[in-house]
Amino acid sequence: MEKSAFNDSFEKARIEKGYGEMNDQDDPVKMVLRHKDVRKCAHNYKTFTSAAVPGRIVVPSEVNIRKTRQIPFELDPPIHGLYREIVTPWFKRPLEADYQEKLTLQISAIVDRALENDSVEVVNEFALPLQSRALTLLLNTPYTNAETWISWGTHVFRSEGEALDGDKANILYDYIDEQIEIALEHPGEDMYSVLLSSEVNGRKLTKEEVKGVLVLTFAGGRDTVINAVTNSIAYLAEHPEALERFRNEPEITGKAVEEFIRYFSPLTQMGRVVTEDTQICEHAIKADSRISLCWASANRDALVFENPDEIVLDRKINPHVGFGFSHHNCLGATHARQILKILLNTLAAKVGSIEIQEYKENIENLDQFRRKVGFDSINVKFNRLN
Amino acid sequence: MAEITFITRDNETIKVAATSGSVMTLAVDNGVRGIDGDCGGVCSCATCHVHLEPQDMKLIGEASEIEKDMLELDDNANEFSRLGCQIEISEALDGLVLRVAN
Repeated sequence: MEKSAFNDSFEKARIEKGYGEMNDQDDPVKMVLRHKDVRKCAHNYKTFTSAAVPGRIVVPSEVNIRKTRQIPFELDPPIHGLYREIVTPWFKRPLEADYQEKLTLQISAIVDRALENDSVEVVNEFALPLQSRALTLLLNTPYTNAETWISWGTHVFRSEGEALDGDKANILYDYIDEQIEIALEHPGEDMYSVLLSSEVNGRKLTKEEVKGVLVLTFAGGRDTVINAVTNSIAYLAEHPEALERFRNEPEITGKAVEEFIRYFSPLTQMGRVVTEDTQICEHAIKADSRISLCWASANRDALVFENPDEIVLDRKINPHVGFGFSHHNCLGATHARQILKILLNTLAAKVGSIEIQEYKENIENLDQFRRKVGFDSINVKFNRLN
Repeated sequence: MAEITFITRDNETIKVAATSGSVMTLAVDNGVRGIDGDCGGVCSCATCHVHLEPQDMKLIGEASEIEKDMLELDDNANEFSRLGCQIEISEALDGLVLRVAN
């Protein structure tokens, strides 16, 4: 078994029943596993709402540690669309040349540093700083802010041994409150200031709404990006020929990014609350219960993907749902795609091979399923390209 | 060389020419509003949705099963819908008119 291989733990349940079951803090979840069903449910916001009590659509549920509604994530159309319209231009900035140049400089510096060491722990010493520094670009805040975020560790909400950590969540919420106050006093060109001066329905966004967008931005792009970066490096360690290919065929890196997102599915699932009695795969689902859209399972559905358990770097047709699907597709996807694309190009330009020294897998416990989502730690040596 | 005309939702007409690549790439490279091509052309985001003129359906052909599944859940989809990333440009497409769906 390769270290960078990620098993499809949902295959049997997906084929035989189409759903799985998971108890989560006494608020059980029916996991929707098939690609077609996942997309249909994601699209049907009337029956499967995101506008439930804040934190309830997240699995594991965050109702006990969060009162702030994440925006636009925990809203349904049409209100969702009003907020999404406000934030979309800001989240498309990674398409600008200037943004990409800055991101390239950041990533080059991290790779150069890694090449000087005999051993790099990728999660904490590579992916976490990379994610945090890149976030200063997305928020348009000073580069030095990243040091604070790095000090919070790999999970904003979770810490070792505990699924959910209320104290850690408070660090983030207090930090965001503080930054909002600073932006109110001294407005600048950062995301806090821009949101505070934005309008919805003819009125300014409230502090609580601005906080909701920021909590989403911090939390949604944290361990997802870290896992995507770390897992990609593990794959490249075991497939040096991929680096060679990126050098010879740079036009495939975009497709490779999509394929890594499909295969690794950094976010396993996202929940919805059922608004009326309904059914999934002929199985009755009661109103006010929860379902989850299991992106990770859908992305291995053999009815849609040929050789779903293989990474095909230049997979041409790849309708993956790794960034979610429909109204709520990932707001940070443009940023995440740029990070990965620039990372692959930079590694191809500078690194000849990567050796894995030791590692510890991060296995999610989903009751009925155990899913490898990344690594708790993985030490590697980056070797310079000759 | 094929000249292709895009008509956006706000009725802006953009004429561009190309010899190869996909309709999505051509639109993105020329800043056609409503064509984002987020996924880079692997049929996973449906942000390159166009409507063909009825008479061009035969020339371009129908969407594949996977493309149809993508389009099925798009509010503006109709029988003339295609995803730009799945249309390869060739000489035969000269004079093609595409209406941007979103």
